[in-house]
Amino acid sequence: MRVLAALSGGVDSAVAAARAVDAGHDVVGVHMALSRTRDQFRTGSRGCCSIEDAGDARRAADVLGIPYYVWDLSEQFEQTVVADFLSEYEAGRTPNPCVRCNEHIKFAALLDKAVALGFDAVCTGHYARIVVRDDGTRELHRALDAAKDQSYVLAVMGPERLARSMFPLGDVPSKEVTRAEAAARGLSVSAKPDSYDICFVADGDTQGFLRARLGSQPGDIVDSDGEVVGEHDGAYAYTVGQRRGLALGRPAADGKPRYVLSIEPVNNRVVVGSADELLVDVVAADRAVWFGTPSADLECSVQVRAHGVPVAARARVAGDSVEVTLADGLRGVAPGQSLVLFDGTRVLGQATVTSSRRAAVAAS
Amino acid sequence: MPVTVYLDHAATTPMLPGAVRALTDEMTRTGNPSSLHGSGRAARRVVEESRESLAAALGARPSDVLWTSGGTEADNLAVKGLFWARRREDPTRRRILVSAVEHHAVLDPAFWMAEHTGAELVLLPVDSDGVLDVDALRDELDRHGEQAALLSVMWANNEVGALQPLDEVVSLARRYGVPVHADAVQAVGQVPVDFAASGLDAMTVSGHKVGGPGGTGALLARRGLDLMPVQHGGGQERGVRSGTLDAALLVSFAAAVDEAVAARPVVAPRIAALRDELVAGVLAAVPDAQLRGPVDTARRLPFNAHFTFPGCEGDSLLYLLDSAGIEASTGSACQAGVPRPSHVLLAMGVDEHDARGALRFSLGHTSSADDVAALVATLPAVVDRARAAGLAGVR
Repeated sequence: MRVLAALSGGVDSAVAAARAVDAGHDVVGVHMALSRTRDQFRTGSRGCCSIEDAGDARRAADVLGIPYYVWDLSEQFEQTVVADFLSEYEAGRTPNPCVRCNEHIKFAALLDKAVALGFDAVCTGHYARIVVRDDGTRELHRALDAAKDQSYVLAVMGPERLARSMFPLGDVPSKEVTRAEAAARGLSVSAKPDSYDICFVADGDTQGFLRARLGSQPGDIVDSDGEVVGEHDGAYAYTVGQRRGLALGRPAADGKPRYVLSIEPVNNRVVVGSADELLVDVVAADRAVWFGTPSADLECSVQVRAHGVPVAARARVAGDSVEVTLADGLRGVAPGQSLVLFDGTRVLGQATVTSSRRAAVAAS
Repeated sequence: MPVTVYLDHAATTPMLPGAVRALTDEMTRTGNPSSLHGSGRAARRVVEESRESLAAALGARPSDVLWTSGGTEADNLAVKGLFWARRREDPTRRRILVSAVEHHAVLDPAFWMAEHTGAELVLLPVDSDGVLDVDALRDELDRHGEQAALLSVMWANNEVGALQPLDEVVSLARRYGVPVHADAVQAVGQVPVDFAASGLDAMTVSGHKVGGPGGTGALLARRGLDLMPVQHGGGQERGVRSGTLDAALLVSFAAAVDEAVAARPVVAPRIAALRDELVAGVLAAVPDAQLRGPVDTARRLPFNAHFTFPGCEGDSLLYLLDSAGIEASTGSACQAGVPRPSHVLLAMGVDEHDARGALRFSLGHTSSADDVAALVATLPAVVDRARAAGLAGVR
């Protein structure tokens, strides 16, 4: 197969590309340039977007003996991932830009261009497994190494994109094994640190980035009874479940810590309350993407954030909406987050959280 | 992988056999040309004979030749050295005049000087063929000629091949006592280059573009031209360009220039005919391709062809050609690996969208009719596919 290996400049994508070469594929390395502004290129701490990272990617391609290109997808990235990031926060929701990047860039703009140029598949260094059934059906599964599993951020791609994807690292037992393999292959990125920050937010300062792009919008912080307990400089800078950085003037009556319960963009309010009030057991989501046709009523486990623990749930599916009832309550479920449904290790589908509640409260 | 078809001679061209021989022969000998003993004397003799040979091939005097590490260093020395020397003599001369289509080796030092040393940068416009607008130069000199420190206009453009009107440039600049530098890196071996006859004050040449070794170049600087040193050290090259000279590299460089210049009357017409075939073939195979640079082949480099392909990304074209064994170039530099629309095309008035679909095919001494035929046969499918991919990127 003709395989396009997306090379971020990190160790995972380099080893993934190497494995694709070993498998006998005709591999070409492509590094995505996602920003045009020089200072962002120059900040080397974010793992994929600096000149150094592009150089590391090229060096890896040279070691593997494959051609290497840089594709400028910065315009599409700004118009989809960054724009979505801003508008979601502005609307009081909590976006996951890595999910949006997989949805709009890696397995869309990059994949479409690759297919148009004659490639059969895109290979990335994501930790997830593709299982091909006897009937040819392809399934997306969690990685062997649960600590590195990235199936949560990949679920958004849906079955057609999965058919043109390749994740050679899905069965790696641990990141250390990937690093050892990189070192053995002479890839100089073998000891490069992992990246965690959002790639387009310099210094990891998300609040500063949002303030710079969205401006100051002062408003009230209120408790669940509507009483004003503090002030904020922009409701968009808060996330459901957030505890730190609230800077409330006086302690709560019960003396317990308070958390962000919800963000109300319409009246520019941030609502805070106790940890108990954060607990939900019913989550509604829409824009569902399914691998195969789901039954209308299914037992599954769900995950609402990238490094979250899966929770047993029962899901009711209607059109592209889904409502899940959790066996145990979850804290900090925010609108905008991705809800991913699993059957064991298999990804059933994903949807975007619209609301959540506590069934007991709703019933009363 | 099919046989490689190399159509990127303007990037670098295979070394000429004579240059390889001269290099390898001399590499077996030891001697620093600055040393006084026998080995040093022998090396110096080789360096000076090379200097005489290079000068003779290019219509210069041996004392005009300043060896450098390549074209970029020679361009930097010309821009910075001329500016500083002129300003020392007359502090009001602060304007650096360069054409908007110069190579980055001239443009970037000029921008740097403006940013760091108080120079005023004047980018001279070009017409839609990429040829300097002489009226604009005349106007600039009429108004600010007394403040001009230097003028740099390339002999021929490296992307679109446009030959520049250096005769007019030199005669205009003379009236105002403005020294003129020309980057002639692409011109040597393709068109007649005679430094003395040109009236230029300084001229850049490079080794690897004419079949010599990489890491070699020279600035021809008219004797008496005031040039501030940029690289200080052991005082080699009139004290203007310090650094130990490498006899083997220089004898090979001189041999290549000598051979390229001597062969030019035969080689250039042969390659020009191939290039004309290439242009006709490409336009027939891809009717909406647009030839950039002068259509009149007498006004462009004989080894150069440059097109834009509407709706295509240059890097898609490059990839598809490369995977078919055909090596070409977009002709312009990348920024951090990201292909950017060429400043040359933008200066010619090509819009950014069209400029993205640029591809340069440059021929050289090893080019054959088979190369052209392979390109013409491959191109239509490549362009179709690149066009589809270009649309795929737009959502």
